[in-house]
Amino acid sequence: MFAACADPGQIEGLTWLVCYLTTGKHMAFYASFGTVLLLLAITAPVALAFGFVGAMASRSPVPPLRWLGLGYTSMVRGVPDIAFFLFFVIALDQGLEWLRHHAMCPDWTDPVRQGANFIVCTQAKLPLSSAPQFWHEAYNFGLAIFTFSIVFGAFAANVLYGAMRAVPRGQLETAQAYGLTPGQTFRRILVPQMWIYALPGLGNLWMILIKATPLLFLLGIEDIVYWARELGGAKTSAFAYPHPDWRIWYFLALLLFYLAFTKLSEIVIARLTRRLSRGQAFAP
Amino acid sequence: MSCWETVQAYALRSLGYGERLLPRADITLCEQITLIGSGLIWNVYFGAIALSLGFGLATLLALGKASSQIWLRKPAEIFVFVFRGSPLFIQFFLAYETFVLLPKSGIPINLGFVELTADTRWLTRAWAGALIVLFLNTSAYAAEIFYGALKSIPRGDHEAADAYGLTGWRRFRRITWPTMLRLAWPAYTNEAIFLFHATTLVYFSGFPAWRQMGDALYYASYFADKTFNPFIPYPIVAVYFIALTLMIIAIFGVINRRLNRHLGIPKRIRYRPQLIR
Repeated sequence: MFAACADPGQIEGLTWLVCYLTTGKHMAFYASFGTVLLLLAITAPVALAFGFVGAMASRSPVPPLRWLGLGYTSMVRGVPDIAFFLFFVIALDQGLEWLRHHAMCPDWTDPVRQGANFIVCTQAKLPLSSAPQFWHEAYNFGLAIFTFSIVFGAFAANVLYGAMRAVPRGQLETAQAYGLTPGQTFRRILVPQMWIYALPGLGNLWMILIKATPLLFLLGIEDIVYWARELGGAKTSAFAYPHPDWRIWYFLALLLFYLAFTKLSEIVIARLTRRLSRGQAFAP
Repeated sequence: MSCWETVQAYALRSLGYGERLLPRADITLCEQITLIGSGLIWNVYFGAIALSLGFGLATLLALGKASSQIWLRKPAEIFVFVFRGSPLFIQFFLAYETFVLLPKSGIPINLGFVELTADTRWLTRAWAGALIVLFLNTSAYAAEIFYGALKSIPRGDHEAADAYGLTGWRRFRRITWPTMLRLAWPAYTNEAIFLFHATTLVYFSGFPAWRQMGDALYYASYFADKTFNPFIPYPIVAVYFIALTLMIIAIFGVINRRLNRHLGIPKRIRYRPQLIR
């Protein structure tokens, strides 16, 4: 990157460190922090939407829809979330390929599952094996985002369901007395009021989501954990920048990153709570 | 191999007994259920020991956090912040890398008259290294719960203790501690459930599964890899964990009833997973 870094073997001390920390691989490491933030930026609203739909379904007067909603919300209770992560990534991938297989190759007679193999026709592969590397990575990342959204959507549905029930009944009865339809009551009275009740739970959920992001590594994404392991491992003199096992320092950096991130979130959530509580007659 | 023979061969495989080779081809349902159940031993081991050791440290940390002495309060606050503010996954990695860097030959400890060598190799093994991380982690989370309960002990309880002339250790033992536990118990139950769930992370973080002796999820992902069919092993894990969760709720429910026995009908523990971690 810098002119002084042309020959790493000749430099030492601080210059060496600056050159070392600005190599191309380190730039990829810094960029992977962006990957984590991108995951958070997409997952949080999508999970909230899933949660909203789940909470609505749990309140539905139609029994099958209600059971579906309650089943979704209680899904995450007894089972470790990491089991869901590992399961959904394979299950979604196979499900999509299976659907495409049936749509694109109707005259294919062999079964899809043959012993320990899962075989679909070439056109149904996702992404196509001829696709550039970028699409493979984007597809994996998309699967990861969807998986995170399903799991955290179930958590969010739990929070929102509780928040909807916490809105005082009198408010809804008043709306009814004014002749509002159930839909209008929901949109104009219930939803605007429920957020203050949902905020503590959602704030907590945001913290859990931040702390779940290193699991991206398990889903095969080149995230910060991947790069920390990659860069920190001992480098022999065959490399431009030889160094012993430095993984501990890289993981220490990740630890500090997460501590700073959760601290910042804590402060923002506290401010938001104060702001939304303004004018409320009680502290929820 | 009949199902009973499979059980004999693999029921204790996660501890290193029985058949050495894991099933490779023609994997049966019986093999999956047995081996994943065998892995569950490790989840119970990590969860139960970390929880029971963490209980003590968490009480101390909560008292430290509530202390008026700054040299007690600050360290407790920092400890809780570090372990609650960072992902367990990163903590596992960091701990493993730290343990690996310790000298392999052991650390010599000079006591003046005799020289001891502290063996450090076992720390890189999951049974010890991961247990230490889980112990510290759950201590931090439980400390925060206990601290919250400590702060919400009714003032009247302490005034009554004063009126009876209870001070120091006796006041803590008879008034503060039981009330703190009673108030904290529902939240602590959630923490216990989360801890057992968190034990599945051990073999997916830095700690390698030595001789393929892993936990329930380790074997489930092994089967998912081998059969390329996630729809059997992961639901098996789910069923095991739901059973484990129900067992924890039952055990903690009994303790909850005992803690609340002087109050008549106890409040049922409501399990609200999202509000704790």
